[in-house]
Amino acid sequence: MALKQTAGKRIAMTAAAWLVGFLIFFPILWTFLTSFKSELDAFSIPPKFLFFHWTAENYFEVQSRSNYLLFAYNSIVLSVGANVVALLIAVPAAWSMAFAPTKRTKDLLMWMLSTKMMPGVGVLVPIYLLFRDLHLLDNRLGIGFVLMMLNLPILIWMLYTYFKEIPVDILEAARMDGASLVNEIIYVLTPMAIPGIASTMLLAIILSWNEAFWTLNLTTSNAAPLTAFIASYSAPEGLFWAKLSAASTLAIAPILILGWFSQKQLVRGLTFGAVK
Amino acid sequence: MATQQTTIAGRILAAPSVILLFAWMIVPLAMTLYFSTLRYSLLDPDNVSFVALQNYTYFLSDPNFFTALANTLVLVISVLVISVCGGVLVALLMDQQIYGQGVVRLMVIGPFFVMPTVSALVWKNLLMNPVSGLFAWIAKLFGLPAVDWFTNWPMASVIIIVSWEWLPFASLIMLTALQSLDEEQKEAAALDGAKALPFFFYIVLPHIARAVTVVILIETIFLLSVFAEILVTTGGGPGTATTNIAFLVYKQALLNFDVGGASAGGIVAVVLANIVAIFLMRIVGKNLES
Repeated sequence: MALKQTAGKRIAMTAAAWLVGFLIFFPILWTFLTSFKSELDAFSIPPKFLFFHWTAENYFEVQSRSNYLLFAYNSIVLSVGANVVALLIAVPAAWSMAFAPTKRTKDLLMWMLSTKMMPGVGVLVPIYLLFRDLHLLDNRLGIGFVLMMLNLPILIWMLYTYFKEIPVDILEAARMDGASLVNEIIYVLTPMAIPGIASTMLLAIILSWNEAFWTLNLTTSNAAPLTAFIASYSAPEGLFWAKLSAASTLAIAPILILGWFSQKQLVRGLTFGAVK
Repeated sequence: MATQQTTIAGRILAAPSVILLFAWMIVPLAMTLYFSTLRYSLLDPDNVSFVALQNYTYFLSDPNFFTALANTLVLVISVLVISVCGGVLVALLMDQQIYGQGVVRLMVIGPFFVMPTVSALVWKNLLMNPVSGLFAWIAKLFGLPAVDWFTNWPMASVIIIVSWEWLPFASLIMLTALQSLDEEQKEAAALDGAKALPFFFYIVLPHIARAVTVVILIETIFLLSVFAEILVTTGGGPGTATTNIAFLVYKQALLNFDVGGASAGGIVAVVLANIVAIFLMRIVGKNLES
């Protein structure tokens, strides 16, 4: 509301908004706090909010209990690797749709979007069997390919909307000067599109990092990322809340920070440009 | 501007994406369709036979299927109602002139970036545990008996967790839509002495109607295949109380090794998702033209 509000109303609104924000964020904060408690403090009733013996031992035990670093490594390699490859395939496609459109370009874009609508369970069985026969189960290459295909349509869409904003005149000027198509893409288009590409990649990495249908079904140990690592804490072998919290904090912290930087792109990427 | 040369180049450059996506979508889908007409168990892989639609009749006459279908609908609709209504309210609150809007925004969007397995386990243990969970302690403060969430209210528990994951998304989209509302229009309405409620229903709601639609459609696509949250909290139970279609197909395929039956279930899931997808595609397509 651009109109003047009374100071009282503004303070009341601020208090309400902060309270709501705090409540929504609380489970994350609580996980973070619990990760620094001893297992005993983690269970204590009444709960200890800030005044407990702070310890970092859970973080070390998470590593020794199960090889955390391997899962973290897999998460990084898979979410970055799959999307770099996807980007290499998506940039040319987005270029052609933005700068050399044909009558069918729109249909093509819509069709690519439609592949995102297919639920994973619809193709779980054949993919699982194919991967079993090709020895791609629990294999970084296999799950990486799946993650790449899941993001490819989103990457093409987002890049397309960013490329559309680049004035065509500049490309034509380069063409007049005799730049070849490859040079045009590398030296003219790419530098201008870097901000768009960077934010596209950010969103894509977040989505891959948190993907939990295929990673849980197609990996077990060697190629398993952090989603599967956390799932291993669901086994009722005894409750390790502080360790669960430490593992969870490690799994979500990097992506939470990345995510906060990419809020704007999030809206654009996840609604396929339908809400700006 | 498209010369013949660029048109040809365009085709070549788009080809890898088109071919890959085609292979990714059509080949497995065709295989699922084919498997769904077979009697094919991984326990007896040499004994595969064609049974036409028998898997479907079996699947569709299985009471577990209807339970799963009902569970899927309950889950999707409940989470939609909670996250969309909550999202509008949260967005309206954030759109007020408040101090530290940026920080509130960061806190609200936070849960969206938490991976599903973490959300599910943190809620199940740290918050909802009937003995040592935070909710049990809060209930005790008010002199109420602690709720054994996952035993007595399994579906409600899953709904709460999934709603927490999706409320931020809805809020963020609604806020984006609200912020594009014309300032002058707001001022004009205020000058005319518009009360808060009519102002919301006649000016704000029509303005964000499209964003609401988009949120509903996109969330539905994702909510139809909620899986990880169920896997790590209830395992579909107790009994089949939290088994949705996605989980049923997983169980049929990877735990019961029934390839044919699972494929039939998968096709049902695809059909369900497509019904929603058609509406979403129309909206996005319209946007592409403008």
